[in-house]
Amino acid sequence: MSEGRLSPFHGLWALTNRELKKWYKEPVILLLSLVQPILWIGIFGKAMNFASMFKSASIEIPGLTVPKQIIDEIGSLVLKQTFGTTDYFSFLAVGMLSFIVLFTSMSSGMTIVWDRRLGFLGKLLTTPVPRGSIIVSKVIASIIKSLVQATIILLIGVLLGLRFSFGLFAPMAFVITYLSLFLLSFGFSSLFLMLALRSTRWETQMAIMNLLNMPLLFSSNSFYPISSMPWWLKPIALVNPLTYANAISRWALLGITPQVSVILSMLYLVAFAAIFTTLGITLSWRYLSL
Amino acid sequence: MNEPVIKVSGLTKIYPGGVLAVDHISFEVHEGEIFALLGPNGAGKSTTIGMLTTSLRPTEGEAIIAGYSINREPSRVRSVIGVVPQEFSADEDLTGWENIMLIGYLYGLPKDTVKKRAAELLQTVGLYNVKDKKVETYSGGMRRRLEIAIGLINRPRVLFLDEPTLGLDVQTRAAIWEYILKLKKDYNMTIFLTTHYLEEADAYGDRVAIIDRGKILVIGKPDELKRNVTWDTLFIEVSGSYDSAKQALSILPQVKEVSFVNGQIVIKVADGPSAIPLVVSAINSTGQEVKRLSLNRPSLDEVYMYYTGKSMREESMSKEEAFALRRTLRRARS
Repeated sequence: MSEGRLSPFHGLWALTNRELKKWYKEPVILLLSLVQPILWIGIFGKAMNFASMFKSASIEIPGLTVPKQIIDEIGSLVLKQTFGTTDYFSFLAVGMLSFIVLFTSMSSGMTIVWDRRLGFLGKLLTTPVPRGSIIVSKVIASIIKSLVQATIILLIGVLLGLRFSFGLFAPMAFVITYLSLFLLSFGFSSLFLMLALRSTRWETQMAIMNLLNMPLLFSSNSFYPISSMPWWLKPIALVNPLTYANAISRWALLGITPQVSVILSMLYLVAFAAIFTTLGITLSWRYLSL
Repeated sequence: MNEPVIKVSGLTKIYPGGVLAVDHISFEVHEGEIFALLGPNGAGKSTTIGMLTTSLRPTEGEAIIAGYSINREPSRVRSVIGVVPQEFSADEDLTGWENIMLIGYLYGLPKDTVKKRAAELLQTVGLYNVKDKKVETYSGGMRRRLEIAIGLINRPRVLFLDEPTLGLDVQTRAAIWEYILKLKKDYNMTIFLTTHYLEEADAYGDRVAIIDRGKILVIGKPDELKRNVTWDTLFIEVSGSYDSAKQALSILPQVKEVSFVNGQIVIKVADGPSAIPLVVSAINSTGQEVKRLSLNRPSLDEVYMYYTGKSMREESMSKEEAFALRRTLRRARS
């Protein structure tokens, strides 16, 4: 018979480990989840080559010859003004880091729906494991998955031609990038777990994911800067946490000056993570303690 | 008798929407007993077990399990009980070993202890040689054995079995019961089980509580319950005169009723097996021989029928339970 006082976090690692085991034991699923961002980088990023638009020959207007050099100069200027860099591929590749984090964190909600459907959650609730540990273990596992997948995307980006132009001391640039992705994953995992808490149908959860996936992506600065958005989209982009994670990563890895200061962006992400984690844990405590 | 290991008083569950699933039930279960909660589907068995295992909060009432209150100390209760849920609960993507180890850790047990117990339990239920295979490859019987082994990882004082043999074929059911009885003996636990199989409650329950529509109708030893509501029936064929045999039998104090049906003497007695020698010698004393004698003992269904006016076998399944059963069957793949 087991005795007495258990720490409020006991079982946390055992549960996290379970989630991770299920993940790395199925490399096919891991690889499949990487397909989308790789397609975006590999095809979209390579084909949407803004730089080539201006890399034409000189222009002959009657009475005036604009030399190629000037065209190139104007091109760089326009690109720099729009994207903050002349290298759209790198701009997009770094933007895809937050995309994979969003995607991976979203699917963490599915795991709780499956656990409920397959009776595992019910079994967990008959053990003395703290109710908070059930949710927190899923959040931690989701963060680890997200960061590993982001690293894979980053490496693939580098292989395909992503060029760093660090805004600060290189190791620090990575630390800051990962910190922003960590916070992003923290918030999104908690949010989607919270949405999935009471759901017994995985179809519902899938629908929620599909509904939010693209809008979240397209209302952020993942593909294009906020400055080029229509007026009505800008405020949405400024609430979207993806925007801040992208801004921080691009500042750190590509040296692109962000619209909102890095510190404020980071604080925004901290608040995002803190609010949804608190909500998630509070609600899970309530719903799972039935 | 010692302090009961389960003491339930006035336990009630009303689900949101006003469905009264369990209606002020009270009973006690003693140390070392196999206590069976018998009832048709939808009677309130799973709700009762849900409240006792702290996964459902009672609307009213209290239960004390091994000294802990399900309302005030649910976490303590959880650490002294083992639960084998009705639906398979093991993680199919993990191996049997990983499943049992994981649950062991959730009880806060040290690694060495969990390892030792897991190996021992898997040996006992005959799964040690497949412990490193994924659970999705297990048959229905193997899964149920795994669930039982997992339910015992914390050496519980009380093991709760919710329909332990649901959806299994007859041979597998018998095998599962062999394991349950062996484990009960090895670990000296109290077992609380729900079932809608009359034969199981009868054969394995030390005491049975019959539940219907959320109310406990009667509690007792299976034999006592049957004796209280109905009689054993003896069918006798004799060589010679039925009349004198009938007369000799009707004066026996054990015999409640004598009739003559289809060329057989039919008598009702309280306890068939112990009445047989008396009946035979009474007939012999009239100078006749017993040619043939058969005994029909009532089942718990007669007891159920006595209290409810309907047969449990005919009770239809609720939609939800039918769904759960289908799902369990589908997943059993055996």
